[in-house]
Amino acid sequence: MDLLIPNYGLLFWQLVVFSIVLTILAVFVWKPVTEALRRRESVIEDSIKSAELAREEMMQIKADNEIVLKEARVQRDQLLKDAKTVANKIKEDAKSETSKISQKMISDAKDIIESEKNAALVEVKNLVSKLSLDIAEKLIHEKLKNDKSQQQLVEKFLKEVKIN
Amino acid sequence: MPTSGIFKICKKLIICSLICLLSTAKLQIAYAAVSFEGESFNPGEMINHHIKDAHGWEIAHGLVIPLPIILYSKADGLVIFSSDHFFNGAHEEVDYEGYRLSDGHISRADGQPVFDFSITKNVLFIFIDATIMMLVFFAVARGYKKNEGKAPRGLQSFFEPVIIYIRDEVVKPSIGGNYQKYLPYLLTLFFFVWFGNLLGLIPGAANMTGNIAVTAVLAFGTFLITNFSGKKAYWAHIFWTPGVPWWLRPIILPVELIGVLTKPVSLMVRLFVSITAGHIVVLSLISLTFIFHSWMVGLGSTLIVTLITIIELLVATIQAYVFTMFTSLYIGMALEEHH
Repeated sequence: MDLLIPNYGLLFWQLVVFSIVLTILAVFVWKPVTEALRRRESVIEDSIKSAELAREEMMQIKADNEIVLKEARVQRDQLLKDAKTVANKIKEDAKSETSKISQKMISDAKDIIESEKNAALVEVKNLVSKLSLDIAEKLIHEKLKNDKSQQQLVEKFLKEVKIN
Repeated sequence: MPTSGIFKICKKLIICSLICLLSTAKLQIAYAAVSFEGESFNPGEMINHHIKDAHGWEIAHGLVIPLPIILYSKADGLVIFSSDHFFNGAHEEVDYEGYRLSDGHISRADGQPVFDFSITKNVLFIFIDATIMMLVFFAVARGYKKNEGKAPRGLQSFFEPVIIYIRDEVVKPSIGGNYQKYLPYLLTLFFFVWFGNLLGLIPGAANMTGNIAVTAVLAFGTFLITNFSGKKAYWAHIFWTPGVPWWLRPIILPVELIGVLTKPVSLMVRLFVSITAGHIVVLSLISLTFIFHSWMVGLGSTLIVTLITIIELLVATIQAYVFTMFTSLYIGMALEEHH
């Protein structure tokens, strides 16, 4: 039965010591310890969150990259197409230009040929006429060695003049 | 790694030898107690002597560390003297300056009342428990300052899981959102009881947490905190229990009022009984050796005592956990707003 009756001296000391221990530990130990634990937990939580965020960001960047790549591809195709048409146009233009130039050259050449031909013809005519004149002169010289024939020719010319 | 393996084996060896030491040392103490008491061995007396408080710390029979006696009486005022004044050279109780020590109680020879605030064996162990707690937890707190933002080290890494367990598995689920206000008390309570229980298992140590005065103060703390943090719903539940017919309410009222008291009383008795019972079991098993005067029985009882001591290590932790758990539950019930 002695065991079941609390001793007041012991009650007193236990109350005093426990209160002191509680106060000291609460102020100098439990407060900093629980705060440190909480701080560390929040740091861990934050880092996990930020890692998650970074992952999401990376996914976003990846998706963005995909879009940009797609756009670039489309642009490239467009550029290629444009370049092709431009090239074609240039080719066409060049073709038409050359044909025009060659046409002009041909026509110029034709003109030159024509004029050369004409000049040659004139020369030939002149030559022919000179030759014929010479021949005629010679012939006439020969024919008109005698008066009779001269007379005849004059008459003939006169006749021709009359007709004119 | 081979070094960690060796370390593990060493640890196991140390633990095993500690346990063996615990049990055999107890045996030796009991043996010492018997050998000085002569032929008539009274196990009841021996056990009572071991589990009760005393003026003076008897580590082994005959080896007594005297403790200060602090007395207050109207006639003499405050008197402080060493407890060895109550004993003569032959370890017999004698009167000292008009004070008499008999059966652990101090009285005045003239019959006048005297108040005994002596540093008894249990008070000494309260001091030791408090000192160990201070040393350990100041070291732990230093660890948190030194290793801020880093992984815990040493003592800190041993106690951190315990602190977190108490916080997350005991306090938080029982009390709920506002648990932080009560955490310092509950942590102090848990470690005080745990360390006290473990100290009590050391041979020659006092049965401190197995003393009803110690558990009474702890339970009283729980009682105060529970009732001072009681919300409207808590008191309404006691004085005008909702959800029962009106005529039943006056009948329930005294039951509820008793319930307010039984909660801390159950805490007080549970801890006291389980720790004291453990000591009684160990001491009884050791007594068997001397009752039967046989080394065979001694061998058997030593084996059983070793097992019981291992169980007692478990009980020491479980009882500290249970005390903290129930305290948190009671606080949680008092804080509950509605059902």
